[in-house]
Order: sequence, then structure tokens, then C-alpha cells
Amino acid sequence: MRISVAARRKNALNDLSGYLFISPWLVGFIALTLAPLLASLYFSFTNYDILSPARWTGLENFKKMFFNDPRYWKSVKATLYYAVFAVPLRLGVALAVAMFLNRKRRGIAAYRALFYAPSIVGDSVAVAVMWRQIFGGEGLINACMRLVGLPGKTLWLADPRFAIWTLILLAAWQFGSAMLIFLAGLKQIPSELYESASIDGAGKLRQFASITIPMLTPIIFFNLVMQMINGLIVFTPALIITNGQPLDTTNFYALYMYRRAFENFQMGYASGMAWILMVVIAGLSALIFKTSGRWVFYESEGR
Amino acid sequence: MRKRITSALGAVSFHALAAVASVAMIYPILWLAASSLKGPSEIWRKVYSLIPDAPTLENYVRGWKGFGGISFEIFYLNSTFFALVGTIFTIVSSAFVAFGFARIEFRGKKILFGCMLATLMIPTQIQIIPQYIIFSKLGWVNSYLPLIVPKLFGQAFFIFMFVQFMRALPRELDEAVAIDGGGRLTVFTRVIMPLMKPALFTGSIFSFYWTWNEFFTPLVYLNRPKQYTLSLALRSFSDPAGLTDWGAIFAMSFLSLIPVLVLFVAFQRYLVQGIATTGLKG
Repeated sequence: MRISVAARRKNALNDLSGYLFISPWLVGFIALTLAPLLASLYFSFTNYDILSPARWTGLENFKKMFFNDPRYWKSVKATLYYAVFAVPLRLGVALAVAMFLNRKRRGIAAYRALFYAPSIVGDSVAVAVMWRQIFGGEGLINACMRLVGLPGKTLWLADPRFAIWTLILLAAWQFGSAMLIFLAGLKQIPSELYESASIDGAGKLRQFASITIPMLTPIIFFNLVMQMINGLIVFTPALIITNGQPLDTTNFYALYMYRRAFENFQMGYASGMAWILMVVIAGLSALIFKTSGRWVFYESEGR
Repeated sequence: MRKRITSALGAVSFHALAAVASVAMIYPILWLAASSLKGPSEIWRKVYSLIPDAPTLENYVRGWKGFGGISFEIFYLNSTFFALVGTIFTIVSSAFVAFGFARIEFRGKKILFGCMLATLMIPTQIQIIPQYIIFSKLGWVNSYLPLIVPKLFGQAFFIFMFVQFMRALPRELDEAVAIDGGGRLTVFTRVIMPLMKPALFTGSIFSFYWTWNEFFTPLVYLNRPKQYTLSLALRSFSDPAGLTDWGAIFAMSFLSLIPVLVLFVAFQRYLVQGIATTGLKG
């Protein structure tokens, strides 16, 4: 009996100190994540400009979004187009470079660092500004084209066919993090697998298809979904480089939402947009968690 | 003999390919640095060249003056303040929270840990509208408070990273302190924190360069040019509507990248490990 009292007291003490230590996060979670999310769910059914009180309008915002706002659908289309091309391109390059660098040679660390360098600065406004100049009418690309005898007069950023591709290229250029994750994954694959495969007469291509890809599948999949989520919220390059133009072809979801919220102060409408995005991202995340049997932290969480 | 020749050939072709590819990768960054040193006529004449004919610092002198009577010194100081304070707040609070999740068994831990991981998936863009409403009601818009106060509550990425690290430390350490009559706080400050140094260091580098590059939240909360961080200043400076002095823009852009590039060159090993071990984006 006594033991159980002591044990109970110990448990209570554990509860107390546990909550004490996580209290900063818990307060932030409730005040800056949970409550705001619920509040924005409410606002999405209202007309709200912050200055005057929110006015309940029911499903009006969503009706407008889905049936009466061509710019909304254009932003959805632009965002999907961007994510569908930028993410696989980035991951494909990342995997190719990781395989290229996955060998024991002198200087590997230096190459790895150089390939990773663009990723460390790529998100910055400075690089976005630079990108605008690279693809400008008198920019680097056109100058290089003239150097090899091409006309070099394309207005990359003003042409609806090309503008979004300059942004996709910027995303592909920053394949560094994915490359590092793939490199770590490749090192985990036991070399005996390749040895016995080559004894059995399997060529390089066969080894890639039957060993490398299957062994890396969890990592590839995890990265694919995570990067998709990041692709859906792309903001800075679209604002700085193309400003959503030309003809709204780069007016991505996050940019359009920002404009509705902070330029037009339509907080209700923007909250509705945020919630739609939230549902999509929750769906993608659920996909990760459902298939996550093989990643690191879930295993150690189980104890 | 033949084998040795083929392997030497392999090495040469590998290095040739790798060297060309890595130079191509960083060419835009080198080009930015080179362009910032070119004079006004050269900047448009030989756009692609990496070595200026007559290097000059005049772009830096002109750019440093800034705009609207505010020099880049102010923006530089603002960014430094934001990145340093933000990093300290983030790392200390995240380590504190991580200790709770990693070392103490309490009721509801599993669910809360799951919630914490779930917040990794919720992008700022979704939370910013209601958060903006809260901060504007508090009268915090146009100050640094909405940017740095939330960092006191820990950041999921770093909490997760530190939890992973703490779990690898032997439990016997905690017990030894408990036998000596020390409490949980003693374990945290005297035992765990000193052992955490490598992880805290890696975390600090990540946090610093993320905060340094942060753009979206400052864009939303800071409207007065005097408060601008470098990112905001560069955006206004290169506004396509105004007259654009590309030489000065190149100079200030490159200047804003220097702290990040220096950190990267000095500590890239830590960054590489950090990304490889957490398996999350960097």
C-alpha cells in the first residue's frame, strides 16, 4: 500500500515536472497555433477587415472562391503546375548527384559543400533579386545567348510561357538538402547487396532499379511529400522575381492569399483560403504518417 | 597495371566532371560577387564575366547610403539583432522543452509529442492571418515583438532535433544526480546541457541563417523603413517601379549574403550532419 502511495506521488511529481518543462511549447501551441487555427476557421465564414467587427456570412467566401473568382482557380493551377514540375525535378537532380558523389574519393566533401551552397542562400531575397536580373531583358541569360550567336532577346519574366519556369529552375537549383538526405540513405545500403548482384550478372542499370530505388523508397517518398508541401506554399520568389505576373501565371496560392489578407484586408476570405490549404496539407501529411513505418523517429517514439 | 590505369582515368574523369558541375552550381553566386565590383559601364557590357576589368567599390559606397535617408547600416543592425535574439530564444526554449519530452515520463506525453510533430507540418502562411489579428489587437504590429516573442515557445524542428540527441545520452547520468539529491533542473543545466553542446551549436547555426533569411513574417509585421531587415530593405531597394541602380543592388545583395556564406564555409560539416541525421529539410 505504502509503495503505491510513493509510486503515485512519484508519478504526480513526474507529471508536474514534465508539464513544467514543456510549458513554453504548450503555451505557444495553444495560444499561437490551436486557438488561431480555430479562430481562422470561424473567420472563414465571415466578412472581416480587422477594423470593424466580423460579420457572419455563412458559406459566402467559399462560394465566391469556388464559383466566382477566376483568379483563385488560376492561383491553384499555377501552384500545382509549379509543385508538379519543381519537386520531381529537384529530387531527380538530388538523387543523380547523390549517386554521383556516393563513392570514396578525395575531395568528395568539397564537392558536396559546393553543391549544397546554393541551398543555403537560395531562400533569401538577395538571391531572388539576383534571379530577376539573371533572367531580365538585359540579363545574364540573354547575354550568354548572344555570346553563342543566339538572338538573346527573350523577356523571360514577362512572357507567360517562361516566367513560371524561371521559378521552377530556381527551386531545382536548390537540391542540396535532398541530396544530403539521399547521400545518407545511400550509405545505409549494405554493399553486399551490390556485390552479390554483380556476381549474379546484374548490370548497373539493373542494380539501380532493383536495389537502390527499392532501398531508398521510404526516403524518396518522405521527401516527395515534404517538398510538395513546401512547393504548395512557395511565396518569396513569386513576390520578388515575377510579382505574380505575367497574366497571373505566377500568382501562387500563398501570394494570392497574402494579397487578399494584407493588401485588401479581406481576412475572412483569406482565412477560407488558408483552411482549404490546411486540409490539403493535412491530407498529404496523413499520407506520410500512414506509410511511415520505416522512418527514424517513429521507431524510437514507440518505447 | 591495366587496372591501375583505368582507375586513374576514372579518377580524372570523375574530378573533371565534378569540378565543372560544382563551378556551374555556384556560378550565379560568383557572378553576383563579380558584378558588385564592376563599374557602371562594365556591368552591362560584359554581363557574364566573372573577373571585373577595373574592380571598384563604388557600388558598395552608393548602396550603403540606402534609401529614404536610411543607410544600410540600420538594416544590417536590425537583421543582426533579429537573428541573434531570435536564435537565442529559439535554441534555449527548444532545449528546455526537448528535455521534458526526452527525459520525463508524464501523462499525455505521447499525444502531446504527436501534436508537436504535427505542428512541423503547419506552414506559417496558414497561421499568420489569425496571429496577425491577435498581434494587431495587442498593438504589436510595427514592432519586433511579433517576430521574436513566438520564438520563446520553442520551434518544433529544433525540439525534435534535440529530443533525438538527448535520447542517445545514457539515463544513468540522470539517476546519479537524483541520488546526490539533485532535481530535474539540475540534471538539465548541469548534465544534459553541457553534453548537448554539439547539437546546440548545429541548431544555432540553422536557426541563425533561417532567421537571417526570414522574409514573410517581417514583411507582414514591419511597415516602417527604419525597422526593415535586410530582406525587406533589398526588396524596396530593387523595387521595379522605382529607378533601379543594379550595381548598388548587387553590392547590397552580396553584402547581405556574406554572414550566411561565412557561417557556411566555417561550419558546413555541422550543417551537413544536421540535415543527414534529422532527415528533414535544411
